[in-house]
Amino acid sequence: MKEQVANVLVLLIRLLTGVRSRWSGCEPSERQRIYFANHTSHIDTLVLWASFPSGFRRRVRPVAAKEYWERTRVRRFLARDVFRAILVARENPRAALKSLESISQELGTEDSLIIFPEGTRGRGEQVEAFHSGLHAIASAMPDIELVPVFLENLNRVLPKGEFLPVPLLGGATFGTPIRIVPGEDRHSFLERARLAVSQLKESK
Amino acid sequence: MRFLHDQQFLWTLEGIGLLLLFSTGVGQILARTVRSEQGLAVVANLNQRIRSWWIMSAVLIMAMATGGLGSVLLFGATSFLALREFITITPTNPSDHRTLFWAFFVFTPFQYWLVSIHWYGMFAIFIPVYAGLFVPLRGALAGDTRDFLARTAKIQWGLMLCVYCVSYAPALLMLDIPGFERQNIKLLMFLVIVVQLSDVMQYVFGKLLGRHKIAPLVSPSKTWEGFVGGILAATAVGAGLWWSTPFKPWQAALIALLISLAGFAGGLCMSAIKRDRGIKDFGAMIEGHGGVLDRIDSICFAAPLFFHVTRYFFT
Repeated sequence: MKEQVANVLVLLIRLLTGVRSRWSGCEPSERQRIYFANHTSHIDTLVLWASFPSGFRRRVRPVAAKEYWERTRVRRFLARDVFRAILVARENPRAALKSLESISQELGTEDSLIIFPEGTRGRGEQVEAFHSGLHAIASAMPDIELVPVFLENLNRVLPKGEFLPVPLLGGATFGTPIRIVPGEDRHSFLERARLAVSQLKESK
Repeated sequence: MRFLHDQQFLWTLEGIGLLLLFSTGVGQILARTVRSEQGLAVVANLNQRIRSWWIMSAVLIMAMATGGLGSVLLFGATSFLALREFITITPTNPSDHRTLFWAFFVFTPFQYWLVSIHWYGMFAIFIPVYAGLFVPLRGALAGDTRDFLARTAKIQWGLMLCVYCVSYAPALLMLDIPGFERQNIKLLMFLVIVVQLSDVMQYVFGKLLGRHKIAPLVSPSKTWEGFVGGILAATAVGAGLWWSTPFKPWQAALIALLISLAGFAGGLCMSAIKRDRGIKDFGAMIEGHGGVLDRIDSICFAAPLFFHVTRYFFT
């Protein structure tokens, strides 16, 4: 049931935006990774999912805001059971950071992670400054590959505040993985990660 | 399925089948004989195009064989996909979102519904008048005046090219031509064969003989040699197909010439849009050809002309 709901949602998103995935900097792999992308639309996670082979799709788990996804039963079902999301309380930044640091336990040794380090959905014109959550996770799991992803056009398919989608073509470009360098300070790491995403915009 | 009992329709199908077999054979021979690296790339693309032609022909013929409704649905879906490609590469503002929703999910289906019920009077004006006026109104109500004229024009032209113009192809089925009752599907066949063959022959003559570019800044692949060869070949084929139309041979030749020229104009204008946006193709849906809009650019301009010339002189 959960698996079927996931497959139906991915199929719908394929029909809607004809997802074009470009793996320009790495290949799809079951290896444990952290995918970090620009955030422009509600459908971002689904488009990322549609880029993965169905076999390990549900082992790539999105980080999502607890306040939003626990509010109704449908949302709870989607977040917990379908997306296997890792819910983080955003209201208290300090607690949020703590729970991100302990994320490696929740992920285990097999599951990968999707995170949108801009926090809230932007207008899609540029990649905004990253929040420090990505740095917290990367420091807690220093050996893991961090894959930058640029999501294109999705803010036009379903912009913030709209509920009816328009079927424009959208896509995801996967870049070359980066890693945290020992001794690198938080600010420069986050800026390097942000550039890795925004450079994919120009490279396509 | 009455078209499958129409001998002339079946002959046309055989012709298409033979042509596809012939080009597949030529493609295979070329793939085995060409040696140069550049030549191999061209032949690989050629064979991709031929494979796609098999699929496109099969889909088109199946749609036509169901009678009117299949053709209307096929061209309706084509319009939808073409509009999607057009709007994807055309920058619009977030405030255009609702307007675009109307364009995709209301105006496009409604236009094809008008075609399917043969309501000529409304079909011919719905998008130019009603949708055309609604688009700026909806934009104004959204309260965003930034680039208002440009945004309105982009959406209007997208609807005109991808929906209105393309819908003229299945609209051929609503024409009442004395002595040609219930055979209109062959008009649609004539349009598609002549216009697409003109494209193909322009490509072939251009690749074989092309030297002098017509508009190098707009489309580097369009040459005078390809243009003349392609248009003449398509005119000859059109004239040779007179028996499947209500036209006399000289009329069929003139009309084929007209729609080939219109098709060329369509391709040129779409190339101008692509160069302006800095892209090579509108999409990647059809292997070897690019997007849907890359394949039907010539139909966009040829279908309305073909419809109105036929309607004016033959009904």
